[in-house]
Amino acid sequence: MNLRIPILKLKDVLIVSIQWELDDQTALQFQEDLLTKMHETSARGVVIDLTPIDFIDSFIAKVLGDVIAMSGLMGAKVVITGIQPAVAITLIELGIRLEDVMTALDLENGLEKLQQELEA
Amino acid sequence: MGYQSSVEILTEWDIVAARQLGRNEAKEVGFGTVDQARITTAISELARNIYLYAGKGKIEIERITEGGLFGIIIIASDEGPGIPDVRKVMEDGFSTSGGLGAGMPGVKRLMDDFKVETVLGEGTVIKATKWIR
Repeated sequence: MNLRIPILKLKDVLIVSIQWELDDQTALQFQEDLLTKMHETSARGVVIDLTPIDFIDSFIAKVLGDVIAMSGLMGAKVVITGIQPAVAITLIELGIRLEDVMTALDLENGLEKLQQELEA
Repeated sequence: MGYQSSVEILTEWDIVAARQLGRNEAKEVGFGTVDQARITTAISELARNIYLYAGKGKIEIERITEGGLFGIIIIASDEGPGIPDVRKVMEDGFSTSGGLGAGMPGVKRLMDDFKVETVLGEGTVIKATKWIR
């Protein structure tokens, strides 16, 4: 039941596609795995794609917000991509803003945005 | 009383079970994708509150009809400590768990109707309703 989320490396960027509904333990494990992988690979950026995810509650939002802040401490930038309309609506209604988070419509745009950020 | 189903909340895994049940029910009743996400999220928050504050409790999901309208009611009940100041927990930004959980105002915004009954030392029952528009 406790499947780990695969983290792929492409040049100096890590790519994560979250494909199934996250339970608390998987979310926390992901946080740790991503930071460890970042440290091992000296990645400078991360794209987290949420296209298949159809809801995000306050816990998962907090884990995502935290992992972005933690990545920042380690000197890496994170772009979140593929947030569905229903997810965007419920997050705002719930009162969760995830401000200062870089986002893009899809993985392709997210990688472009990250490259621009890293070159800037 | 319509069709009803429930999940006991004892562990973190039961939060997942409760929201999966809610999503399936919302889909079967005929809610659109945005309302499905609202209902799933509301259940996740209510189940987490039970797990965090009461330790154990129950999420029941009931299909309801009224005047040609169809909907769903989520009943979150526990025999926990109760809520000392309901007005305060309904204020935006109030949390006793250090930012865990968006709190009750968020859940209220996701749903059409939201009622809290709580007795100190006896427990809390929250009823949240959503109608198909």
